[in-house]
Order: sequence, then structure tokens, then C-alpha cells
Amino acid sequence: MSAALKLDDVAIRFGGVQAVGGVSFSIKEGDFVGLIGPNGAGKTTLIKIIAGLLRPDKGSVQLSGVDVTADGTAARVRRGLALTHQIVRPFREMTVLDNVALGAGYRRTSSPFRALMHLDRRLEYERAAEIIAQVGLAGTEKKLAGSLPLGQMKRLEVARALAVEPCVILLDEPLAGLNHAEASKQVEAIAAVHAKGITVVLVEHNLEEVMRICRRLIVLNNGLVIGDGEPREVMADPDVHEAYVGGGMASHAEA
Amino acid sequence: MSAYEISIISIIGINVILAVSLNMISGFCGQISLGHGAFFGAGAYAAALTMVGSGSVPLAIMAALLTGSLLGLAVGFASLRVRTDFLAVTTIGVNFLFVGFVRKQAWLGGEMGISGIPATGFGPVGNMTMILLFAAATIALSLYISRSWMGFAFRAVGEDEGAAATLGINSGAYKLAAFGIGTALAGLAGCLYTFFTQFITVDAFDFIFSVMLMAMVVIGGIGSTWGVVVAAVGLTLLPEAIRFVNDYRLLVFGGLLVLVIRLAPGGLTGMVQRAFLAVRRS
Ligand SMILES: Nc1ncnc2c1ncn2[C@@H]1O[C@H](COP(=O)(O)OP(=O)(O)O)[C@@H](O)[C@H]1O
Ligand SMILES: [Mg+2]
Repeated sequence: MSAALKLDDVAIRFGGVQAVGGVSFSIKEGDFVGLIGPNGAGKTTLIKIIAGLLRPDKGSVQLSGVDVTADGTAARVRRGLALTHQIVRPFREMTVLDNVALGAGYRRTSSPFRALMHLDRRLEYERAAEIIAQVGLAGTEKKLAGSLPLGQMKRLEVARALAVEPCVILLDEPLAGLNHAEASKQVEAIAAVHAKGITVVLVEHNLEEVMRICRRLIVLNNGLVIGDGEPREVMADPDVHEAYVGGGMASHAEA
Repeated sequence: MSAYEISIISIIGINVILAVSLNMISGFCGQISLGHGAFFGAGAYAAALTMVGSGSVPLAIMAALLTGSLLGLAVGFASLRVRTDFLAVTTIGVNFLFVGFVRKQAWLGGEMGISGIPATGFGPVGNMTMILLFAAATIALSLYISRSWMGFAFRAVGEDEGAAATLGINSGAYKLAAFGIGTALAGLAGCLYTFFTQFITVDAFDFIFSVMLMAMVVIGGIGSTWGVVVAAVGLTLLPEAIRFVNDYRLLVFGGLLVLVIRLAPGGLTGMVQRAFLAVRRS
């Protein structure tokens, strides 16, 4: 069986900064992987490379055994990838329902010509309403996405990602900026995603939550993988510990 | 009906096609084009040459649609490479290039333009009727697109290309589609204009005219087909009614454009919606 997601020697440099410096790993189908590391470690950059939002200087990205390094984001999404942005990007002028329905209609929008041939949105609205309920946003369907509080916008990001029926979902700090109650609702939504058999890659600062829900941790520091494996073992590794202390997250790591 | 009335109605029909087609590019899909006059002109010249060469009305219409959309697709490809604000500058450049190019081309009549274009044979009322039918078809197409999944995806691309991509929407393909359809219709409008005047010079397709078309879109309410139709009719009649407006077209339309963007970004459509809400509340 081929891996759901496979990176081979991926690297990118921004001016003088080697943001990602030769990263390889393979994630198996249905896994729940935490991608962690101190601020500036290269997590968001790596997520963007996987999603096709950034082009790596070298290396390759495979989705379910297919090399997608040359593909754009939209093409990768059609191959089963979905992502949420660290900084939320809802279509602010559209309703919550439209935001999700547009994702649910990804088959209809595969080409402009096909999109022109279709008017009916009922099925997509039904699917969207189900997904919206799943992430705990029932009742907000008719609101403009731009009017939601941050906690709900973050769940809307997850709902939109689910709408495209992904095999692999990349979540970049889905809990950042949320209060405790909002965060626990978001964690529930994410656990439900994984329960559907979707492979999850989670970038998150809240180590407590990460340790609780992830089955595998990959630790990045200065653009390199410095730890990879079962969460407790990885966190016990002195190198990982050192990176966190050095990265100014001592309080978190030692707590 | 007087000859004057027939000509005004014909011009209104042509401007409706132009404004509604520009609205597909800039309103539906968010691609600011300030060079719509160039595609209008390309269609007009293609139709003029075809009429002079063959005298065939259907051929002239096809040539105009094709020329408009080919030029539009070329500019659309450029739009894939540049940011939205820079696209506005690019399209202004395209408009000036078009006018500058045509002025120097002997085979396009240069400064003198092309005159003595064979008539369609339908007469003024026949031409007017044809123009109105095409305008109605353009409005119907616009309404259809805005309700279709294409219009749905256009809105996403116009609001945030990156977010659209994460929903599997290939922004580039949709931008090309918007330019291709919108500029084909501009070419059609150019063809109808040629049928109507039987004499064209490049001055009719200048940047000032493109600004007036953008004013129609913005004043009508970006993205709203009916709002844009109303604005196109109103702004076509305005210079006829008020001499001053005719003399200072760029000043008046440019000024209106800026005013609406500053004070009422939703245009007429936004104002009507707000008034409607206020009436319902009271
Ligand atoms: N577009 C960019 N241009 C220049 N430097 C960047 C850019 N994006 C990220 N970086 C740099 O790359 C490094 C990794 O950043 P990032 O991937 O955002 O880290 P993380 O998400 O792990 O906090 C940082 O040093 C950051 O300053
Ligand atoms: Mg980050």
C-alpha cells in the first residue's frame, strides 16, 4: 500500500533563510500526525509546499503514490488533499452555507465549462448543511462568513476542507487564538474528521492537545526533522527537548 | 420613430452589451479591466473588414466574436501573471496600444478610419431590432451565468484566489473564461456598432470610453446585471440630455466613478437594497 503523503528531500530557501532544508517523511493512510516545532521552524512553509502554495527548490511531494510536485493547489485538492489556513480565509461576502457548498460542489467546478452547465445547488446545500452541523456551526448557515467570531471562522475552515471529500487534511494551527471552550469544540471537530478515516496532519502549538490526539509526532527545527515517532518517546528525546528550550518554549516543554 | 430615437436606442443597446459583458469580467470574476474599449474596437474593425470583403452579416458577427475573444484571451493570459491592481494598469496599456496601433495601420484606414462599409440591408429599424435582441440575449446569458456554478466559482475567484484554490477551483481557468466570454461579447458589440454607423474611426474605442463603461458597472453596482443595465441606459442618455456632460465626459464619468466607490460602493443596486430594507423595517 502506498503512503497517503510522502515527502522526499524537500527544501526551500527565502533569501538568506533556509526555511525548509531537506525534509523527507512518509505518512500512512488513516494516521494522525502532529507536526510541531518552535516558532519559525518551518512548519507553515512545509504545509504550503505540500499544498502547492509554495514551490520547493528541490525535492518531491507524493499523494497516494502520485507525484504532484508540478501541480498547483487546485489540482492537488482534486487528488484528495485539503487544508485549512493558519490565517483564516473565508469568502467573507458569502454566507457560511455558500462557503461550504462551493467546496461540496468541487465536481461541478472542475472546469468552467462544466460549471456553466449546472444550475442546481440543492444537493450541495444539503451536504454543506450536514458538514456545518458536524463541526458545530449549525444555526450559522445564513450568516455572512465575514461576520463570524474567530472561533467559528476556524471551524468554518475545517468545514470547507471537509467539503472537498479529502483523503489527507492539513490543519495549520486550527486552535490558535481560540479560548478554552472554542478550542475543545474544535478538537472535537478534528477528532471527528479523523474518525472518518481521513489522514490528518496537524500543526499545533498546544503540546498538551497534540500529545493527547496525535499518534505520531514529527518535530521540525530550523527546517530539519529532529524527531519522528511515537509522541511520548519523541518528547522524551533530549534533542527535541533542547530545541524547545532553545526555541523559547521552555515553559511549555517543562510544564 | 424618428431617426434620432432609433439611433439613441441602438447606442443604448450596444452600451448595455458592453457594460454587461464588462461586468462579467470585473463584477463577477473581480478582474479589473479598464481596456474594454479595445475589445469593442477589435470587434468593430474585424466586422468592418469582413463586411467590406464579403458583405456577409453572419460572417461579420463571427469574425467580431472571434477577434474580441482572441484578444481577450491574450490579455487574460497576462492577467494570470499579474496582481489584480496591476491588471488595471495592463488593460489601460492595452487600450492605448490598440488605439496607437490602429492609427498607424494603412489597411485599417489609419487616422481616417474605415468608411463606406456595406449596409446590412435590414434598415435602421431592422438594425435597432437586431441590436436589442442581442442585448436581451446578453442580459439573459449574464443572469444565467450568475446563477450557475460558473458564477458561483467566479465570485470565489474574485474574492480570494488562494482560498478558491483550496476548494479545488482553478482560478486561472475561470479568469480566462471570464475574459473569453466578456471580450467576445465586446467584439459582438463592436460588430453591431459597425452595422449601425457603417463608418468607424479608432477614436470611438479610446480609454475614455473604457472609463465610461467601468463607470456604468460601478454605478450600477458591481456584479449586479440589472443594476448595470440601468446604469448603462442612464449614462448613455446623460450626455444626450446635458450638453456639459458631453463636453467633459472623462471628468464627469471619472468623477462619478470615484464618488460612487468612495460613498456608495454597492452602486445603485446597493442603494436600492438598503432602501428596500429600510422600508421593510419601518
Ligand atoms: N515568504 C517568506 N519570505 C521570507 N521568509 C519567510 C517566508 N515565509 C517564512 N519565512 C521564514 O521561514 C522560516 C519558517 O517560517 P514558518 O514556516 O512560518 O515557521 P513556523 O510555521 O514553523 O512558525 C522563518 O524564519 C520565517 O521567517
Ligand atoms: Mg506557522
